[in-house]
Amino acid sequence: MGQREERIRRLEGIARELRITDIEMISEAGSGHPGGTLSAADVVAALFFDTLRLKPDQPAWPDRDRFVLSKGHCIPIVYAAMAKLGFFDADLLKTLRKLGSPLQGHPDRTRLSGIEASTGSLGQGLSIAVGMALAGTIDGAAWRVYCMLGDGEVQAGQVWEAAMFAPRHGLDNLIAILDNNQVQQTGKVTDILDIAPIAEKWAAFGWHVIDIDGHDMGQILDALAEAQHVSGRPAMIVSRTRKGKGVSWMELDPAWHGKAPNAEETERALAELRGGA
Amino acid sequence: MGAATRDAFGRAIVDAGSDERLVVLTGDLRDSTRTEAFAEKYPERFVDCGIAESNMVGIASGLALSGKVPWACSFSCFVTGRFEQIRLAVAYQQANVRIVGTHVGIGVGEDGYSQMALEDVAALRALPNVAIVQPADAAETRAAVRALVDHEGPAFLRLTRQGVDDVTGADPGFDLGRAVTLRDGSDVALLASGATVGEALKAARDLAGDGIEARVVNVHTIRPLDREAVLSAAAECGALVTVEDHSTTGGLGSAVAEVLATGDGSARLKVIGMTTFGESGEPAELYEKYGLSGARVAETVRAFLDR
Repeated sequence: MGQREERIRRLEGIARELRITDIEMISEAGSGHPGGTLSAADVVAALFFDTLRLKPDQPAWPDRDRFVLSKGHCIPIVYAAMAKLGFFDADLLKTLRKLGSPLQGHPDRTRLSGIEASTGSLGQGLSIAVGMALAGTIDGAAWRVYCMLGDGEVQAGQVWEAAMFAPRHGLDNLIAILDNNQVQQTGKVTDILDIAPIAEKWAAFGWHVIDIDGHDMGQILDALAEAQHVSGRPAMIVSRTRKGKGVSWMELDPAWHGKAPNAEETERALAELRGGA
Repeated sequence: MGAATRDAFGRAIVDAGSDERLVVLTGDLRDSTRTEAFAEKYPERFVDCGIAESNMVGIASGLALSGKVPWACSFSCFVTGRFEQIRLAVAYQQANVRIVGTHVGIGVGEDGYSQMALEDVAALRALPNVAIVQPADAAETRAAVRALVDHEGPAFLRLTRQGVDDVTGADPGFDLGRAVTLRDGSDVALLASGATVGEALKAARDLAGDGIEARVVNVHTIRPLDREAVLSAAAECGALVTVEDHSTTGGLGSAVAEVLATGDGSARLKVIGMTTFGESGEPAELYEKYGLSGARVAETVRAFLDR
């Protein structure tokens, strides 16, 4: 097996582990958003275990890359990655959404070191990421800012204010990822308020757009590498995914946007995820 | 008539600009917010966000989370109207953002209601950690800007479009959360903030002619409110009148009422401010019509005291 294949296999294995931890956490919490966490798992695995320059024992390391999860309700998949990297003790994962936990239902930077921005009000994260990228540009810093958005989220007008701003200011230290999982809370994105043609929209705003299968680890790694080499403008990776990916009966079903599986469903989901080894 | 507090801000922010953490943002209003001089002197730290204030607030947040001290400047109604952005991206993050709102109250004048922030203090006062500062004149604005450079946490600076009386002296200090008594008196206390401080002083001089000695307190910080100043005014004067170019709901008057409602002190309270939308007119005409001029305040105080 070549080096690239090994790297891909390793990250695919990590993505599967993150999905398993994610379902366990949400099940234990009794509430949460499995669909959008599962669709994001492959990109999150690539980011946290291959791309981002981080020091888990030093979360405020000044030269770290920044990651802003604009679709804040999907934070459990990031918590799973952070725990695996050692940002905090894995036992904390059981406290997700519980009173007093630093693992809030949506991320809170004041309660958990390593969270760059508190999010959860959709449409706002990209603006915050743009501000961080602007600060990096003013300082001539080498770190980059990564921001993941949801596809329902880009219905919000503020996203397009940020989309217009970033290329105008040449923010090539900014890489956005659209988790284009096709489904939002109450239905298909195409039915609620269609965002197509989404790649063309970002390109028209001046972004370097890379359109990929967001469950293909090779394509994810290539896209992230390409995005890092873009000069003079920000990059947008349109990551075509399936909401609920990995648990067949959750896939593309809006019912699994915002509810936890019960005990029986949890067992079935975990069996499917583990069987996929 | 002295300078508008927005004019003083424009000069003060240039002086503060030698601190390289400062970044000034605006939404196509560098002229109106008086940030042109900063833009010329520090172009690399001036950001025109265009007419996109939601994004401006988010960008300010990201800058602050990266160690900058951003000042997001616009007409107050346009920037504080992005309440959800201020709530999440600024307040909840505990971000060192300064929201600068100019063109506050009916003092805006001829442009009319759509440009007049009458609800901004009420909105931001509902957030638990945003300092709300409204200097009374140009000198105090300079002192407030200096103090806010190093303030930890989010802050809102509320500034006038129109010129206001110079009332605080040549070089006043600025102690966040500490109200300043500008005139002593024990028959009634007038608590005012921003442009209405000058009107309250005029009213006090007017009332003195009738033998009514009014204390005038400049409440330059509405949050954290100076409880002690309110309670001592209540104890020593027995009657309080608040005067603000803002809605009577949720602003200075409400803040003072909340202190009295704790039961730690008691006094009669009259809240003077706006109870309707505004309209076009000269600022002085509008202050007269809506009861904020010194003469109208004095009239209201006399009726309140039954004198």
